[in-house]
Order: sequence, then structure tokens, then C-alpha cells
Amino acid sequence: MDGSIPHIRGKTEPAQRYRKRNEYRTLLLMLIPGLIYFILFHYLPMYGVVIAFKDFKITEGIWGSDWVGFKYFLKAFDDPQFYVVIRNTLLISFYKLLFGFPAPILFALLLNEVTRVRFKKIVQTISYLPYFFSWVVLGGIVISIFAIDGPVNGLLGLFGVDPVLMLGDDRYFRSVLVVTDVFQSFGWNSIIFFAAIASIDHQLYEASIIDGASRFKRAVHITIPMLSPVIVIMLILKMSHILDAGFDQIFNLYNPNVFHVSDIIDTYVYRKGLTEMQYSYSTAIGLFKSAVAVVLVVSTNYIVKWVGGKDHTLW
Amino acid sequence: MNPIRKTAGEKTFDLFLYALFIIIMFITVYPFWSQVVLSISGDSSAYATGVRIFPSDLSFDSYGLVFQYKPLWIGYGNTILRTVLGVALSLIFTSLTAYPLSKRGLPCNKLFTTLILVTMLFNGGLIPNYFLIKNVGLYDTIWALVIPGMIGGFNVFIMRNFFRSIPESLEESAKMDGAGYLRIFWKIIIPLSKPVLATVSLWVAVYHWNAWFDSMIYTSDASKQVLQIVLRKIIVENNVDDLNAVLYRAGQGSKFSGRQLQATIIMFSLIPMLIAYPFVQKHFVKGIMLGAVKG
Repeated sequence: MDGSIPHIRGKTEPAQRYRKRNEYRTLLLMLIPGLIYFILFHYLPMYGVVIAFKDFKITEGIWGSDWVGFKYFLKAFDDPQFYVVIRNTLLISFYKLLFGFPAPILFALLLNEVTRVRFKKIVQTISYLPYFFSWVVLGGIVISIFAIDGPVNGLLGLFGVDPVLMLGDDRYFRSVLVVTDVFQSFGWNSIIFFAAIASIDHQLYEASIIDGASRFKRAVHITIPMLSPVIVIMLILKMSHILDAGFDQIFNLYNPNVFHVSDIIDTYVYRKGLTEMQYSYSTAIGLFKSAVAVVLVVSTNYIVKWVGGKDHTLW
Repeated sequence: MNPIRKTAGEKTFDLFLYALFIIIMFITVYPFWSQVVLSISGDSSAYATGVRIFPSDLSFDSYGLVFQYKPLWIGYGNTILRTVLGVALSLIFTSLTAYPLSKRGLPCNKLFTTLILVTMLFNGGLIPNYFLIKNVGLYDTIWALVIPGMIGGFNVFIMRNFFRSIPESLEESAKMDGAGYLRIFWKIIIPLSKPVLATVSLWVAVYHWNAWFDSMIYTSDASKQVLQIVLRKIIVENNVDDLNAVLYRAGQGSKFSGRQLQATIIMFSLIPMLIAYPFVQKHFVKGIMLGAVKG
């Protein structure tokens, strides 16, 4: 591959060939533990989805249980809760996208206007903080902050609003989900936009300053247009996860009072499967979600490639 | 820096920006701070409505009490164990998988890559995974928390790409000296890959520190629960019976409100993360730019 090889190859051809076989043998051996892992812990469970097409009973095992075809999928389509769950998933995802997507972009654009580097760094570092905590901890904090006598109600009380237990009220529960989701992720999601802003050619700004462009005009006519490819790509990638409405968050915040507005596909799969032990039914709903998700991810991946975002695609 | 003198309008805008970001910082930090305040307040009515910046009557009594709560320490032990084991196993097996794949000439490279890529797109789902863990005998062991997520597809590709960026001439010269691939991997590739190894370890470590769902479904024995599950019982499920038992034994039954004890418990998970945060955060941000999977 480099300049010195042809010379050597000419002289020691058989040894070299032997070496070559040997070297790949070592590499292939190194790969074996990983392959076993992927087959055992990823492909075997993938095979396990056949229980969605069977009447799975623990006593009979996966092999022994009877095939029932699409029975459980048809059951899902007859289950009113299934539609509630899909509606909730889409609604919650949509609202999270609507507010959660522009937030990091605005944050990056505005923080970029701050000239004090130290201040900027501190704001950025603090903004990532909530991203590093689990929804168990964040959930506990949210419950405490939104409690009937907590700070949020205290603050609203100053404006004459009567205290409400928002986490137990179906009118407010989804809003709390969206607000706390933005709180957790806006800083972290802004990183990619900060990087994109940093990579904009400085000459553009210098030229526009000479032409007398104001700060506002520079933001509107240089920064935003230069950011738009990244924005489009990120938006498409987000769309591919529209069925993930945030299991960890909802599971740690919801309660029976608000099930009808907050029960999403993932929480329903969990409750049907591990609480009510309807294994086949739960797997069927999970498989339905996975199938739609794969189509979404694969197609958005092609779209992203097509709009020129090769760096952000999976393959 | 800016060659043009700022107009009055721009100055007002600057002021507005600083004010805005100070408010944003406050909103981001306050929820965490509120737990600190609550946990060190001496009075039991610690949550009198409104935003409280400082504790009214400083006291660390609730910490002393929570210290006596045994499950917390069991949880800590398990979380530390799973984090250490998880990071070690992940690093070893992820790098071992990524290195062969970094060689474009490897037979069936494309097949292996696709095999891993598919696992990033699709997984068997909750129930099949649950029965796998039960059937292979991992249920209720620490391994159920460590092995299933041991090698992440994304981490494999991040490492593979990093390995590819190491100049081939370094390996060639080692080969000339008669070193095998295993030796090259251990003596040359690994020492040169510290940045990517550090990033991946931190990702895995933070994942393990925060993980709770697997512990909830794959372990049932009280001695196997991780910290997040102990927290969850008390702060999310509001199941404070055990903690109350500790209280009564200490004869301090009515001194603390439930929410104050919950805040104190939250602190036990917050503090280690806050200490590690400045360091972890820097590497995470570097890591996010490490980039694309394909190649």
C-alpha cells in the first residue's frame, strides 16, 4: 500500500501470502466475541418477535406455542385504547417537536450574539446540565417543582392564578411534558448548531460589515441561511423518531389520573406485557411500532442524503 | 472585536441578551438548587409556596437520617459495580470488534458492518428481550444489567472511524518488525486511541449511572437493585414506608416532611454527577462531533 511494499513483495511472495492469510485469521478471531454478542443479544430477540404471531404461553415456550397468524394485530386494531395510545404518541411528539426543535436554534443564534466569551461558555455549560440526569431524578424534581405548594404554583400565585396540581390534571399534563422536555434537551441539542455557526466563513461577516450590514441583518442574511442545511437535516432526523414520545419521561411522571392523555405506545407495551402479562399482544404492538419506525428511519435517511447531509446519515 | 461602534439600539439589545441568558441560567439551575435548599432546610414546612433561593434554617439532619437508610447504600454499591463492569466490558469488546472492521480488506467486512447496522435500526422489543434474559439465566444478576448493552453499534462505528484515522505507516512498520495484529492492536492502536476511548467510556459510564429500566425489569431481589431504582421507589412511587421505619427507629417521626426527605435522597444521586460534570461534559461535547457512522 505504501511505496516500500512492491519491492518486498517481489522477493518474499510465498511468505507474504502466508502472512496475509494469517493476519486476517487473527482479525477474524478478534471479531468472534462481538459477533456472538450481536447474535445472542440482538438477533435472537429479533427472532423472538415470532411470539407476536403465536399464542405464547410460558409453559409451552416459544417453539411449542401455537401459531395464530395476525390474530394479535387484528386485536390491536379492534382495541380502542390502541388508537388512544397512537394519538397520544403522535400528539406529544408533535408538540415536543414544535417547541423543542426551534428552542436550541434560537438559543444558539442569540447566544452567538453575546461577545463575552467567558459568559458564553458558562451559559453553554450550564445549559447542558439537565441532559446528564436520568428521568428518575428529573421526574422527582419535576414532581416537587410542580407540586400544589411548589415554586411553579407559588409563582403563578403572584399573578392571581389558583394553584393546580398540573401533573394530576389532564388539561396541563402534556404541557408539563413538553416544557420539561425542552428544559432537559435544549442545551444539549444546541451543540450541533453552535458547531455549524462556528464553521461559517468569517470573511462573509467581515465583508458584510464593510458593506454596513447591521448585526440583525448579518444574522438574518448570513447566519440563518448558512445554518439552514443543518436545520433541515436535523428536522428530518427528528421526524424519524416521531413514535418515540419519551418513555423514560412519561413513565416517571404519569399516573392513572392522566393515563388517557399520556399513555403512549411504549408505556402501553410495557403495561400490557410486563404488568398484565399479555406477552403476545404486547409484542405485536411493539412490532407494529418497530416496523413503522424502521420505514421512517430508512426513508428519512435517504431524504437526508438527497438534501446533501451525508455527514449525518447512518450509512 | 467589532469595528463598528455600537448604536444605542444595539446596546439595549445587548442588555436584553444578558438579561435573557441570566434568566435561562436561573431556570436551568433552579430546579436542582431547589432540591439543595429543601434538603438542608431545618423547618418541616420547608416548602412554603414560592421560589426560595436560600434555606430558612440551615440543618443537615435529614442527611444524617437518610444515611441510615440501608437500601440506599446497596443501591450505590450496585450502581458503582455495574458502571465499572459496564465500562470495562464495553471498552474491551467494542474496541475488539471495531479494530478488525477498520481494515477495509477484511473478508466479509461489508456483511459484518451491515449485521451491526441492522441492530441499530431494529430490536426485538421488550418481551423477547425479557425472556432471553430469563432463559439464559441472567435474571436477577448484575450481568443482566451489564451484558445486554455491552457493545453499542454506534460506539463500534465511532471507534472504527477513529482507528482508520491512525496513519497506516505506523502499523506497517510494526508489521515489518514481525508484530502480529493482536500486538499491534494492544501496543499501538489502543495507546493512540485514548481520546475516543475516553469519550466512549464516559458515554457508557453516564448511561450506567442513570440506567433504571433494565434494573426494574431484570432484577427483583432487593439486594440487586441499583441506586436509580431505590430513588424511584421513594421519589416517583412515593413509597416512603421503609424510610419512615428508619425515621421511627431514630425517634424523629414528624420532624421531616416527605418532600424534604425525597429531596435529600435526590441529592445522593445529584452530588456525584455534579462533581464529575465539568469533566464529563467537556468530553461529551467533543464526542458528539466525532461523527458519522458509515464509511
